[in-house]
Amino acid sequence: MSSRDLILARVRRALAGVPDVEITRAYRGPSERPGEIGLFEERVRDYHAVVHLVDEPGVAERVALSLAARGARRVVVPAGFPAPWLAAADAEAVADDPPLSAADLGAVDGVLTTCAVAIAETGTIVLDAGPGQGRRALSLVPDYHLCVVRTAQIVAGVPDAVARLAPARPLTWISGPSATSDIELNRVEGVHGPRTLEVLIVT
Amino acid sequence: MSVTFLGMPPTRPFPRNAARALRDSQLRFNLRKATRTIRARRASVVAEAPDWAGLREAGRAIKEHTLRNLDRYLVRLEEAVTAAGGHVHWAADAAEANRIVAGLVKATGETEVVKVKSMATQEIGLNEALLEHGITAYETDLAELIVQLGDDQPSHILVPAIHRNRAEIREIFAEHMAGWGRPAPEDLTDDPAALAEAARLHLRERFLKTKVAISGANFAIAETGTMVVLESEGNGRMCLTLPRTLISVVGIEKVLPTWRDLEVFLQLLPRSSTGERMNPYTSMWTGAAEGQEFHLVLLDNGRTGVLADEVGRQALRCIRCSACLNVCPVYERAGGHAYGSVYPGPIGAILTPQLRGMGSELDRSLPYASSLCGACYEVCPVAIDIPSVLVDLRSRARHPWPERAGMAAAGWVLERSGRLARLQRAAGRLRRLTPRRLPGPLAGWTDTRDLPEMPEESFREWWDRTDGGRR
Repeated sequence: MSSRDLILARVRRALAGVPDVEITRAYRGPSERPGEIGLFEERVRDYHAVVHLVDEPGVAERVALSLAARGARRVVVPAGFPAPWLAAADAEAVADDPPLSAADLGAVDGVLTTCAVAIAETGTIVLDAGPGQGRRALSLVPDYHLCVVRTAQIVAGVPDAVARLAPARPLTWISGPSATSDIELNRVEGVHGPRTLEVLIVT
Repeated sequence: MSVTFLGMPPTRPFPRNAARALRDSQLRFNLRKATRTIRARRASVVAEAPDWAGLREAGRAIKEHTLRNLDRYLVRLEEAVTAAGGHVHWAADAAEANRIVAGLVKATGETEVVKVKSMATQEIGLNEALLEHGITAYETDLAELIVQLGDDQPSHILVPAIHRNRAEIREIFAEHMAGWGRPAPEDLTDDPAALAEAARLHLRERFLKTKVAISGANFAIAETGTMVVLESEGNGRMCLTLPRTLISVVGIEKVLPTWRDLEVFLQLLPRSSTGERMNPYTSMWTGAAEGQEFHLVLLDNGRTGVLADEVGRQALRCIRCSACLNVCPVYERAGGHAYGSVYPGPIGAILTPQLRGMGSELDRSLPYASSLCGACYEVCPVAIDIPSVLVDLRSRARHPWPERAGMAAAGWVLERSGRLARLQRAAGRLRRLTPRRLPGPLAGWTDTRDLPEMPEESFREWWDRTDGGRR
């Protein structure tokens, strides 16, 4: 008997005669209402991320200011990132084509991405490797991540995000910069992922 | 049947381990500070969710329904992962899981692997097993790194190095990092930020060059074949995305039926666990993501035995959040090592004896490592009634003979009201002779309790004499 058959047989024996249970979902499910921008902003800030609100024409200037303030000269820009948003930046845009090695990614000053969904209640941004986001390593290895979020992408809560996302895509949920609480439960920002997360909300 | 292995061999019974831990004032200070901090954080983010009770009830029901249909969901998970280009392996026990993983690593030709913190791989003692095959496993979670470098044992599910303070961690880093790779900086201080930075530099190169990673998973979605890992530091993302081969060892109880079920558990787990609205990073992938080779090892290792137990099976709902450890007055004082298993605290006290059996003195003592105050049940995000399971397990553990003799005597006396009346009369007359402490093996009872004072007459005698107070 294979271990697969053995385990399944043990499970079936253990469950003989056990009644099933009803699942009631008496909690806030996906809502029709969009996520509150102010709440999203506040919750992202709670994680000690940097947040800016800008209007669409102001994005290019804000991107340029942020990169300059950071001193970022070479930044990875995934395919599909809107070109106008980069127009004012005084930095070299590095493409991931052909794919950069992990060492190459470690050598750039930062990464610019869009996102798939953002969650107001938890201050989370979700990347799904879609246009402007690239593969998962791009938003991981560089020490600085600048993410542009459109207000239409902001949903109210976790159930809304789950409903919008496609599970077949590789997903990364990001809530603030990388952090640890392993030393006396003191929160320290910045371990292996980007130590600085900056979020631009385009209104 | 062989005894299920749980990461460490059963040692001395809990009371002796706890007594030793209680004498360590540094440990008590560290634990008290840490558990109090995290309790307050959890309480505040749980209070913020207006529908917490509804989420908890749904979490309980989804897990219970999943366990009730576990065979069906495991087969569906296997189909979905395979359809997405992954490979699924089944391991009946720890030895088989270790054999499978060692074989998979060997097939890549690599001798080094990076690891994401995982309870399942700790449970099966994977690192030690790999070492026997000439494969070195590097722990990458900061707390696991502290434990590994210090040649120590984890003492908490979420924060395995909770028993260490910053000064101890600095010493471990300064002394042992060099033996495992990049040494700690010369001028390393005990500032948590400096310690985290040292860990970042120590592991950076390893992440960028290692070709094989091993992880566990918090959830595995049967419907879609999606694996979910929650973490904070980014070491998980490093391991899950950069290496060419990824091997995930996952207990069979980690499966969830549908993608939608994540809307419940992605709220329950971070708030219960780290006390955050959301943990910094959650990775989700389905099968061979971005061209990676993916292997899923489904682990039984005693779980089907627990599933067969009518009362105890609810322990399989556990999502390893560790909220029950943080509120437990016994854990707060005794610490994790006293439980002699990778699963400490209240959940460990019901999981360990069920997985490992009650053959050892330690495992028989674990159901008693609780005051039954019920705080664990109250904070459990999937409503595991830990006190009830503890009581059920106590009834199965063989009690010490003085206790059994005492219970038998009490049973005999209480069986007939005449016997009770005669004993009460005798006790009333001999009340002045009642000792403060009981002799011989009964002294265990009066070591920590006062004997109640004997009244001159019993309530029944008083009632008869006064006709219920009317005379």
